Formats: sequence, C-alpha cells, structure tokens
Amino acid sequence: MSKRNMLLTVVGLVVLFAASCYVQLEMDSYTRRIVNLCLIYAIIGLSMNLTNGFVGQFSLGQAGFMAIGAYVVGVFTVPVEFRDTVFYAVPMNPLIADIELPLWAALILGGIMAMLFAFIVGTPVLRLHGDYLAIATLGFSEIIRIVITNAQSFTNGALGIKDIPTINDVRFIFVATAIVFIIVTCLLNSSYGRAFKAIREDEIAAEAMGINLFKHKNMAFMLSAFFAGIGGGLYATLLGTVDPKNFLFTLTYNFLLIIVLGGMGSITGSMLGSIIVTGGLEFLRIFDEPLMIMGMDIPLFRPGFRMVIFSILLMACVLFWRKGIMGTEEFTWDKFFAFCKNPFKYIWQKGASK
Amino acid sequence: MVIKGYGGGEMELFGEFFQAMQDMTLVSFAQHMVNGISLGSLYALIAIGYTMVYGILLMINFAHGDIVMMACYFAFFGITVFHIPWYFTFVGVIVATALLGVLIERTAYRPLREAPKNSVLISAIGASFLLENLANYLFSGRPLRFPEIPVLTQNIAVGGVQIQSICLVIPVITLLSLVVLLHIVNHTKTGMAMRAVSKDYEIARVMGINIDRVISTTFIIGSALAAIGAFMWGVRYPGITPMLGVMPGLKCFIAAVIGGIGNIKGAVIGGFILGLGEVMIVAFFPDLSGYRDAFAFIVLIVILFYKPTGLLGEKTTEKV
Repeated sequence: MSKRNMLLTVVGLVVLFAASCYVQLEMDSYTRRIVNLCLIYAIIGLSMNLTNGFVGQFSLGQAGFMAIGAYVVGVFTVPVEFRDTVFYAVPMNPLIADIELPLWAALILGGIMAMLFAFIVGTPVLRLHGDYLAIATLGFSEIIRIVITNAQSFTNGALGIKDIPTINDVRFIFVATAIVFIIVTCLLNSSYGRAFKAIREDEIAAEAMGINLFKHKNMAFMLSAFFAGIGGGLYATLLGTVDPKNFLFTLTYNFLLIIVLGGMGSITGSMLGSIIVTGGLEFLRIFDEPLMIMGMDIPLFRPGFRMVIFSILLMACVLFWRKGIMGTEEFTWDKFFAFCKNPFKYIWQKGASK
Repeated sequence: MVIKGYGGGEMELFGEFFQAMQDMTLVSFAQHMVNGISLGSLYALIAIGYTMVYGILLMINFAHGDIVMMACYFAFFGITVFHIPWYFTFVGVIVATALLGVLIERTAYRPLREAPKNSVLISAIGASFLLENLANYLFSGRPLRFPEIPVLTQNIAVGGVQIQSICLVIPVITLLSLVVLLHIVNHTKTGMAMRAVSKDYEIARVMGINIDRVISTTFIIGSALAAIGAFMWGVRYPGITPMLGVMPGLKCFIAAVIGGIGNIKGAVIGGFILGLGEVMIVAFFPDLSGYRDAFAFIVLIVILFYKPTGLLGEKTTEKV
C-alpha cells in the first residue's frame, strides 16, 4: 500500500469515528441501535466470510459461536448482587458465582471460548467437504444451543439471562468493529491470506504447492469462531438479555444473506452487505404493520410478511446475482480515484475485462 | 459413576440407568420398541427423499423438511377446513406435495444446474427459509392441531401393551412404500434412468436420457414419500407449526448419511437407528432427555469420522 493510500485510510477511519461520535451524541436511541446492529452484524458477517468466502469451506455454525460469546459476556458481566434474582430457578454454580469481569475481558474470554470450541469441533469436522461440512457445523451450533438450554446452573437454561449491563455506545462498538476489520485485512494480505485463497481456488493444487490444508482450514475456522464470539458478546450487551432462542440456526441465515449480497470473499463487501441487510430489515418493518390505503385494509400486510420478502431476496440474490455487490473484489483508493476521474470509462473497462 | 455439575447437584448417570433397567418390565420395553419403530419408520420415509436427491444432484435438499411441514398443513386444511374425508385428503396431500416438490426444483435448483455447489446449497437454504416464513405468514405461527382421525388414533391392546393404532399402521405403510419404491428404481425404465444419472450425470446425458425429467421424477417420488410420512407424523404428533419440519429434516438427512447417502436401503436403516436410538435414550436415561435432539448430531459426527461414506455407502476416491 502506498503512503498516500495509507494516509487516506487513516483519514477515512478518523472521519468514520467522528461520524460515529455524531451518531452517538445527536441521534435518537433507535438510530443508534440500528447503527450498532449494523456494525455488530458486520463483524459476524466478516467472520463468516473468512471461512465461507476466503477459504471456501461452507460452515453454518456462526449462531453457535455467537451464543458462546454472548453467554460468556452474559454470565460474567451481570453484577454479583443481581445474580440471585436472575438465577432464581436454579442457583448459579458456586464455581463462577463470584466472578465478575469487566466488559472487554468478558468479550475476549468469550472469543477465546468460541475459538477453543471451534478447535475441538474443527479437528473432526474440517475433514468434510461442502454439504457435509455445512450440516455438521449446523449440527454443532444446535448442540451448543441444546447444551446451553440444559446446563441450567451455568446459563440459567431456557429462562435466559437478564440484566446484562447494556452499552448502546456507537463509539465503543465502532472501535471494536474497526479493530476486527483491520486485523482481518492484515491477516488476509499476509501469506496466510494467500494460502486461504489458494485453498478456495483449488484444494488439490494448493496442497501440491506445499500448503498444509488442515492447518490453514483449522486456523481460519478458529479465527472465524473467535470473531463470531466477540460479535456475539457485543450483541448480548446491545440486547441486555440472552436467551437460547435468540441463537436458533436461522440466525445464521442473516449472515449468509449478508455475505452473499456483499460478495463471498470481500471484506468491504461484508460491511456493505451488513448495512444493506440490517437497514433493509428495519425498513421492511413497514410491511409487518397493517396498511390502509384510502380507507381500504390491504390484507397482504401483516406480521411475517417482512421475513417472506427477506427470504425471497436471499433466493433472488443467489439465483440472479451470484457475485453480490463486490464479488471477490475490494474497495481500494486507486479504484476509487479511477472511478472519480472518469466514471464511464471505469465502468466500461470493468465490463470489458469481464 | 457420578457426574457433578449439570442440573445443580450430583447426577448418578449409571445408577439411574440401573434403576431404569429394574423398573423396565417386558410390557414397557415393548411399548418403547413400538414407539421407536414407528418413529424410525417416519424418519426412514423422509430420509429416502434426501438420499434420492443427493444421489442424483449431489446436493442437500434443505427444503425437504419444510416440504414435510407443508404437507401437514395441506392435510390440516383438507380435513379441518374443507371437510374432505381423510382417505381422500391423504391422496390429495400426496399429489399437492409432489407438485410443490417439483415447483421448488424448477424455481430454485434448475437455474443453478451449472453453478458452483455452494450457490446451490445457498439456494436450497433460501428455499427452506422461504417455505418456513411463508407458512408463518399464511398460517400464523400459532400451533394448529392436526385433525383427529378416530380409526388411526384409538388405543388398542396387544398382549397387555396399549398401542395407538397408528403405530402399527406406520411400519406397514412404510414397508409398502419401500417395496413400491424399490420396484420402481430397480425394475422400470424410469428407475434405470435414475440409476444411470446418479452413476454418471454427463454420460447419462450423452446417452440420451432426459436429465430434467429424471430429476423431476426424483423430486416427485421423494416429495410423495415425504407427504406419506408427514400425514402419519401429523396423526402421531398432532401439533403443527411452521418450524415443524426443521428438526425431522435435519435428523433425516443425518439418517441418510448414516446409511450411506445415495443408498435407499441405507436411508431406511439409518432412519431406524436414529428413531430407536432416540426413544431408547430417553427410556433408559431419563435425565438426558433434554439432549435428545443432540443424539442425532453426535451419531453423525462419529459416523463421518470413522466411516464417512456411511454404513452401506460405496468408497469414493477423489480425482483431480
């Protein structure tokens, strides 16, 4: 990266941080919440993109890893004096009843727990390919949920954990997101990143070139789980409660849409996808409200319609627009300037190169 | 053996097991056997749909479980809303579900025939999600009660064991469907075409087999079997919700993998292993009943680790 581009990136980050400060101080809490959700979903979308888009291993376990992160944050940040009221059905296990961690420590611990779990799971599961891997990871995310539901003295079971100290602070979540994105960008520009992409393009050729398939797949899987755990932890602090029902595997489909729409194998695409999907889902809420046009009740609009549109979008996207917004491309300053100088020429050249 | 932790106190896993063994009489054991066999038969019927589609298209038809769910709703509407006698509804449901299966294949899978496998997988997930949300939107998320069919739900006593008559009907119907299916696959021209396509897609096409027609037939057969299973599922477990098909769907796919995917007999064996295993775990280890749904996934991991091609699967080698 040239010096100019580096500088521009830093300036861009500062501008975005200033924007997040503006949102935090000037906007209402509903907008703040949506911006936060966009950022958190971007983290988890990026983590899913790491295995699915960059290494080409189709994993559907994100909801489970999120659940681990969210529950670690939930269990360890609820103030000790509230714990008796939260765990009213079965008292909390004495092993952890007195441990309270600050948020950042709980977040990292959640990420590490998710990573450890991914290590245990990944060893057998990453030998599988394609569909088998998808169903096995999906199975594991369900097992995590079942274990959480049943281990009542640790997780309060089906009742969920309430009274988690919430932060609805855009600045904090923005900084966390920026750190995750910077780490992943550096990783993908390193030799590891090139190995990941080689595995995606052709596993057998990559192995012949001396890339240790198992090591790299496992590494990507663990990192993906780590970031999903952190994202899940942030999600818990945003909601203030966690409940096993939050982490049904259909949650993973949200992130699937994000990365399919944004582009499988694109970092900036994950961000764009997250903004469009999260914002779009909020926008689609008007479809869930009953609608009156000129005194007539339109029966089409009632609860559930939003999700129908959402799933049709996912289908349409994969059927007609398989590359998504970015494909495997990235946003770079060079392209940006080429576009600004002469938009028509840029688009024409891009079309010609295809 | 004493396990500390879960559930707050100490849990004597095997002590409880021996207790359960002592309490178990021949009658209650027979009762569990009957439950397990009927559940296993239902799993087998649904698993066949997965295994056939996988054998030909090499993809998981994620929407298969939701086809089961839709069939349950069709039956509900036929009997409760339109007051059609249940035996006519049964036939109607099979036809409607087969059409639904073909519709899904046409819209979600056919355009992606030449696309990378992951795209097809995403499309399948999308189709499944769409069906769930559509059911939620059209029929509301509240559980509906599957209509009572007295002939099938009455209790009968067989040698001291009280059995719902549907539990006896299920294995018989499953067996009949299996015989018909094996006849179609092994002794008809369509079946021969199906086997050819699953052996080698390209060569079969070169030999003049109409691939699209074969795939449609596969979806018709798979969905019809799913409809038969769904009807009996509804009679046996009467609560129907839009998410009804998800868990059975996943488990039946696992059953197909256990038996060796692409192999019809394997799918049936896998279905019985899962059905019986689940019921017996709850019978012998009542404290583990919360983990009932995890059982299938654990079996899946074990099978994939030791015998990735399943119990009856053929060995495959990867070619460059």
